[in-house]
Amino acid sequence: MTALDEHETANPATPAPAPRRPSRRDRGIDPIPWWLIVIGAVVALYFILPTLIVIPLSFSSASAFQFPPQDFSLRWYENFFTDPIWLSSLGNSFLVATLAAIIATVVGTAAAVGLDRLTGRLAAFARTLLMISLVTPAIVVAVAVYIAFLQWHLTGSVFGYVIAHAALGVPFVLVSVTAALGGFDPKLLRASASLGASPIRSFITVTMPLISRGVLTGAIFAFVTSFDEVVIALFLRSPTFQTLPVQMYNSVTFELDPTISASSSLVVVAVTIIFLVPLLIGSRRTKKR
Amino acid sequence: MTTTTRQRRAPRPSWLLLIPALGLLAAVLLVPLGQSLLTSVGAPGFTLEHYASLFTDGVTLTVLGRTVATAAIVTAVAFLLGYPYAYLMTRVGPRLRGVLLVIVLIPFWTSVMARNYAWIVLLQRGGPVQSVFEFFGADDIAFQGSVVGVTVAMSQVLLPFMVLPLFSSLGGIDRRLLLAARGLGSSPLVAFWKIYWPLSRGGVVSGLILVFTLSLGFYVTPALLGSPQQSLIAQLLAQRTTQLLDFAGAGALGILVLVITLTLVAWANRFGGTISAIGAAATTDRKEQR
Repeated sequence: MTALDEHETANPATPAPAPRRPSRRDRGIDPIPWWLIVIGAVVALYFILPTLIVIPLSFSSASAFQFPPQDFSLRWYENFFTDPIWLSSLGNSFLVATLAAIIATVVGTAAAVGLDRLTGRLAAFARTLLMISLVTPAIVVAVAVYIAFLQWHLTGSVFGYVIAHAALGVPFVLVSVTAALGGFDPKLLRASASLGASPIRSFITVTMPLISRGVLTGAIFAFVTSFDEVVIALFLRSPTFQTLPVQMYNSVTFELDPTISASSSLVVVAVTIIFLVPLLIGSRRTKKR
Repeated sequence: MTTTTRQRRAPRPSWLLLIPALGLLAAVLLVPLGQSLLTSVGAPGFTLEHYASLFTDGVTLTVLGRTVATAAIVTAVAFLLGYPYAYLMTRVGPRLRGVLLVIVLIPFWTSVMARNYAWIVLLQRGGPVQSVFEFFGADDIAFQGSVVGVTVAMSQVLLPFMVLPLFSSLGGIDRRLLLAARGLGSSPLVAFWKIYWPLSRGGVVSGLILVFTLSLGFYVTPALLGSPQQSLIAQLLAQRTTQLLDFAGAGALGILVLVITLTLVAWANRFGGTISAIGAAATTDRKEQR
């Protein structure tokens, strides 16, 4: 927030050294009002506050949910890494999220490539259909999936979790691969075909390298979506198989177990790293050019 | 152009590529929802009694009313906070805009359970938020176990869905129009109301509908921060399914919620691709920095 204030107060005073943005010129006649900056700062705080308090909480020694923490300790981390229930939930989440992300990525990339070549109402309808899970209330899906999976004997099974989560990940893969294909020149495929490559070979050696960033982004989103999914997971859980978000849910409803704070911090840090890695790889790549 | 017509002539392999995705969708979404629909109308026979009882059992309508009211408040809060924020994003330089965008996306990638846990700690009895309010003399506001707490937490979770469509809509508005209006002698407020606001309306409608529909189906936050006495529609749906095993009643209620949601989304979609806008904003946020 201080960065925001500094930025704004510093700008009108100092003359722009390199006027890259034309907007700087009319700062004088069209300034950003101060109250807007205040509102922006408050809203920004509201956005990040809940994420920020989780980390100090995890180092608290109190055995109740308490903020700000009084004493610091690592007991909740110790608990997390020694308790078989937490550890197995973590392992289950990794397993389900990895498999779901693989399926969602393969299936979603294929659909994006297919839709890229199709036009017309039917294709537009298929695209909307594949995106629909983004706006379908999670609880409605969860209840329907629960009832159906009960009949199919899929509740509490890895396979049940994986296909349910894979379906939720498909829209993200579809969007990011479609965006990547937008910058793809189809003439390249004709060139490779004229040089004798089969369609599959063309896809692997020409298309894939060019859209790999989009595929990777989609895969990451599919992984995180599954790793974080709680509503469907709550319905599909069984005494023998549950995921980490479900164990976190249990720990605030039944057990009041502060181990959730260690678990939350680990997940927040892990997910942030997962999102930052492609960002760093991407910037290094652009720098090289 | 010639390439697209050429590709259109060979459609079969392209449709084949859609089959796995559509199959997955069918197994997880379409078939289970179809089954819910069939159960709710009493298949193999046909009856609308489960739908009728939604309106006559006395509970469902009360809960539905409470849910709609909560969703409306959440939407209003998200709009009042989101509009200035999205506007500010369009005004600052590219680097700060990147920072503001990352801040919007943080709730997206913070685990749902971590966020709900944080809100439980913040809003609990004797917690920090209550202390702040007590300091200002408001002693008897209960946040945990009340609709107030649910609203505060839900607004935060859903705010990105307001800011992202607003940002993409406000970013496309030419600010010189405002300066022109000012130059012709209009006051800032009139210039905003007559020029900026009408141009931003598409994004506003998308954001409002999106947040409203998403809050209708919210389950975890109300279940954890609310109270069973003031349950929302999602809790009722869960309770009918897992505790009462009333699959037909739950099916009818689920289909009702789904129909309301999809109708609103379809309506909002006419104002400019809400669904894909969210997906695109969430996944390709790094384009900006390239």
